[in-house]
Amino acid sequence: MLKKKLLISILLIFTIVACVIFVACGEGKPPEGTSEPYIIGGVFSITGNNSFLGEPERNSMNMFKDTINEAGGIDGHPIEVIIYDDEGDSTRTVNIVKKLIEKDNVIAIVGPSLSGNTLGIIPIVEEKEIPLVSCAASIKITTPVSKWVFKTPQSDNHAAERIYEYLKNRGISKVAIITVSNGYGDSGKEQLKLLAPIFGIEIINEESYGESDTDMTAQLTKIKSSGAEAIVCWGTNPGPAIIAKNMVQLGITLPLVQSHGVASPKYIEYAGEAANGNVLPAGKILIADMLSENDPQREALLNYRDLYEKTYNVPVSGFGGYAWDAMGIISEALKVSGSDKYLLRDAIEKTEDYIGVSGVFNMSAENHNGLTKDAFVMVIIENGTWKIIE
Amino acid sequence: MPHFADILQYLIGGITSGSIYAIVAIGFAIIYNATEIINFAQGEFVMLGALIYISFSRFFGFPLVVSFAFSVVSVTIIGFIMDLLVIRPVKKPNPISLIIITIGASIFIQGIAMRLWGKDPYPSADPFSSETPINFFGASIMPQTLWIIGITLIILVILHFFFEYTIIGKAVKACAINRRAASLLGIKAKKMVLISFGLSGALGAISGIIIAPITFASYKMGTMLGLKGFCGAVIGGLGSIPGAIIGGFSLGIFESLGAGLISSDFKDAIAFVILLAVLFIRPSGIVNKGEIKRV
Repeated sequence: MLKKKLLISILLIFTIVACVIFVACGEGKPPEGTSEPYIIGGVFSITGNNSFLGEPERNSMNMFKDTINEAGGIDGHPIEVIIYDDEGDSTRTVNIVKKLIEKDNVIAIVGPSLSGNTLGIIPIVEEKEIPLVSCAASIKITTPVSKWVFKTPQSDNHAAERIYEYLKNRGISKVAIITVSNGYGDSGKEQLKLLAPIFGIEIINEESYGESDTDMTAQLTKIKSSGAEAIVCWGTNPGPAIIAKNMVQLGITLPLVQSHGVASPKYIEYAGEAANGNVLPAGKILIADMLSENDPQREALLNYRDLYEKTYNVPVSGFGGYAWDAMGIISEALKVSGSDKYLLRDAIEKTEDYIGVSGVFNMSAENHNGLTKDAFVMVIIENGTWKIIE
Repeated sequence: MPHFADILQYLIGGITSGSIYAIVAIGFAIIYNATEIINFAQGEFVMLGALIYISFSRFFGFPLVVSFAFSVVSVTIIGFIMDLLVIRPVKKPNPISLIIITIGASIFIQGIAMRLWGKDPYPSADPFSSETPINFFGASIMPQTLWIIGITLIILVILHFFFEYTIIGKAVKACAINRRAASLLGIKAKKMVLISFGLSGALGAISGIIIAPITFASYKMGTMLGLKGFCGAVIGGLGSIPGAIIGGFSLGIFESLGAGLISSDFKDAIAFVILLAVLFIRPSGIVNKGEIKRV
């Protein structure tokens, strides 16, 4: 009996050792190409509520890596990417980022997808001194500027500026805002309130709704009798579509302005007829075809879109572009800096006229985003499709 | 001072969501009665009902009634399976471990649903009838709202009839009152638990189907609905069906009035404040008197 147990134990130990060796060998496999690879880490919300962000971001990061490696890498160095899923959870994000830095020895990190998660890891990347190019939108990520933290998405204030500009041009000065109660909505609300006086706009009603609410008629009824001249809604799909539908139900004919959070064909699918007449600031990827020939981004956008749709066989969204641009900016910087992380950070900060999917980036020591409100165009939905508002 | 029409609109919104909370709450109550456990997969039944209905009606093109029936039958079967595979085999069943098992089942079902239906929410199903709002004293009502309220009322009548006038219904009720005495009288308790799970599945499916046209169904829609339904069940007094109905409706109405008259920032908070208040003042629920008596 004892012998048998011993035998089993020995077998078990052998198996474990074999496994470890096997795994270790797998990891130690020499990379193709002649030079050391540059390892870039990625952390995205690939599953969970925000998978609509994380999935295209992961896809774009992989696609960028393949494209660059096929073209011979960066000065002969191939790119390797290690991507983890944070599931939208901030604790997980922290652990993943520590792992990327300490265990995977990445030279730079792309992501996370969410603003809250990005803010949570800023102290870590600052301490460990690793360049982070976030794919999250909040302006707080880059204001105040943290030495090692950059971001590629357009900021919420750019979208809010565009919206107010549009409303002002229409002679609208009293608006009601309805925002989703999460980080995205709160940031939008903050920017809308902050910028309103600058554009001479008065917010006469502030409402909010829960991410998974199914009925917003109560909030809209309140707005209806508030005397607002337009409604600005700040949320991500599908909540704002319910608002558009509820407005039709309640017979509210006020102009509805959505945020860039719904800028995807899904919105039209969700809201159906109710989407017609909605106005929103959108990244240019959505309307790449309609851009004028001399738009500086036109070529970059069409290239990215065609490659994405060919590789993954799904329609492109603007979100993947955040990771694509982050990779683009990092690899441009790597050409200058080589594998020295201090030089890499400096090179990222000096990014100039980089033409990306989200806009044209001009970074500086004071501006770690590098975009302006020109990254957005105002579009209106007509007959179930987007149209640029001049 | 808000207009009468506005308040009416809040009430309509509240009754609509209240109907759903009430049906989900009844699902909780039925299983609680039969097994003394809280089935945290109740919200998943709602989600499955909605998604299966959408699949049948949209992708296979079945008519509304057929898809409705298919969806209810499928989720009823899933309810049975859950009892047979997850609850019954537990060796030493005690409420706490069983409740944790239902949480596991809920996560499992969500995962499967995510694989099957994908991560994106689906556009709403076609409404049961027209989409033109009806003007009601200045407030507008969607025809689908009337369907939701109507179907909820029909379910309540059928359930009442089932528990009061059919042998099986009475047997389930007897088990709930005193399981031991009921089994001494020849009622098979295990079968009654099975029926309870099936019935909860069916109820969940129906609530999922009737809201499919006004919401965007997705694999994760069940969590919040389940939680709100649970609140409704506790407010009314866990295990009481009339309590579940009152709890569900009052929760929906308070939420909507609160969002409209106070602030929408506190919409979800209102539900949980009411829950806490009830637990502090009348831990046995609004309906039950004194000691918890399960019927």
